[in-house]
Amino acid sequence: MVPMATAAKFLLAIGTKKGLWLATSKDRREWSLTGPHFLMSEIPSIGLDTRDGRTRIMVGISSPHWGSTVAHSDDLGATWTEPERGAITFPGDTGAALERVWQIYPDADSRPGVVWAGAQPISVWRSTDGGEHFELNRGLWDHPHRSEWGAGYGGAAAHSIVVHPDGETVHVAMSTGGVYRSLDGGTSWEPRNHGISAYFMPDPNPEFGQCVHKIAADAATDGRLYAQNHHGVYRTDDNADTWTSIAGGLPADFGFVMLAHPRRAGTAWVIPLKADGERIPPDGKLAVHRTDDAGETWTRFSAGLPEREYNSVLRDAAAVDAAEPAGVYFGTRGGSVYASADEGGTFMEVASHLPDVLCVRAAVVAGA
Amino acid sequence: MLPSVLQPLAGGQSVLTAPAGGPMTVRELLDAVAADYVVLGRRLRDETGALRRFVNIYVGGDEVRRLKGLETEVQPGQEVLVIQSVAGG
Repeated sequence: MVPMATAAKFLLAIGTKKGLWLATSKDRREWSLTGPHFLMSEIPSIGLDTRDGRTRIMVGISSPHWGSTVAHSDDLGATWTEPERGAITFPGDTGAALERVWQIYPDADSRPGVVWAGAQPISVWRSTDGGEHFELNRGLWDHPHRSEWGAGYGGAAAHSIVVHPDGETVHVAMSTGGVYRSLDGGTSWEPRNHGISAYFMPDPNPEFGQCVHKIAADAATDGRLYAQNHHGVYRTDDNADTWTSIAGGLPADFGFVMLAHPRRAGTAWVIPLKADGERIPPDGKLAVHRTDDAGETWTRFSAGLPEREYNSVLRDAAAVDAAEPAGVYFGTRGGSVYASADEGGTFMEVASHLPDVLCVRAAVVAGA
Repeated sequence: MLPSVLQPLAGGQSVLTAPAGGPMTVRELLDAVAADYVVLGRRLRDETGALRRFVNIYVGGDEVRRLKGLETEVQPGQEVLVIQSVAGG
């Protein structure tokens, strides 16, 4: 938790289909918005790294014309640095080229400088220099299942990375392929999807091939993770060996978002969508659903959200901050961004009429 | 010749020249450009060396994909145009 007495400002970074916007606030109610940065480039991933006494903003940048890379700013977006030879480039022997960076994940406080990334084509990367240069995870790249992994509508990507504080246990989720777990810091990987349905495949309960949309780890319960699947919301209490449904009580079991509380056990958020024939909030009524008992029950929150909303919320277009109480943020494909300073109880609109929101991340930053 | 959007990556220049003792391929020309302007080189080609999908290079008025691709020959003194596709939305 970040002590409020020394926190000067909240930072909300909004990645869209046509650039990056940055919002700052002293109280999470009044927001000041700047942008766009990287106009006409997609920003599908953002990492806010507040370790080591600094704030580094890392962004995945994708241009259909000029390719993808990662840039960073150490001055809250005033200036940006793009490593000359590219932060993420596939080694020549792979014959692959980076298509899109889907995830930028700063590791634990105890490992400053370590940043993970997930990308398309399906790959996981690790940096030890604060996200300036990444190395391909060969264990996953050379995995014998690779040829059987598929592409979701958005492409074939590793989109979720969760690293245990011990540094040895790492969970990755990919679409499509499902959840893979490493117990040796990423050297080797095994699928861990038992209990997660893949109703769209001939065998609806395969070892792998699931379309897991997002995973998040419970910060206070070792071995517990949550997953929003392509239909199905799940929890594991045994480090992903088995998953059980926690979709009861939700108006729809489809969605892209899964958020876990930064400190408190059992609290997580989802934003349900009706699918597959539709991809809208159920009945056009946008709401965030929160559980405080690890998915046994869910509470619907819509205060401050529009009465009608037909846009969806993408998997990384939602985030929590580390403040007390935790802030909850999300953006829609209609370009609206909402913030809650009370764990989802009430929302306010931070921005509207932006391009499709692809990613949001929030942090408490010192100074500035 | 570079489109305006790429010129900042070439020190603001709209035209780059490469020394040539004789004919060279588009690949060799792009290698020479990338050696001097690394980020510009990455904008034009991915890490496998392939021309990016919406980057078009014209030699003698023809787009190189309709010629010999990156093996298309460029004669000394010949103009090479880099033009991005107008795809987008």
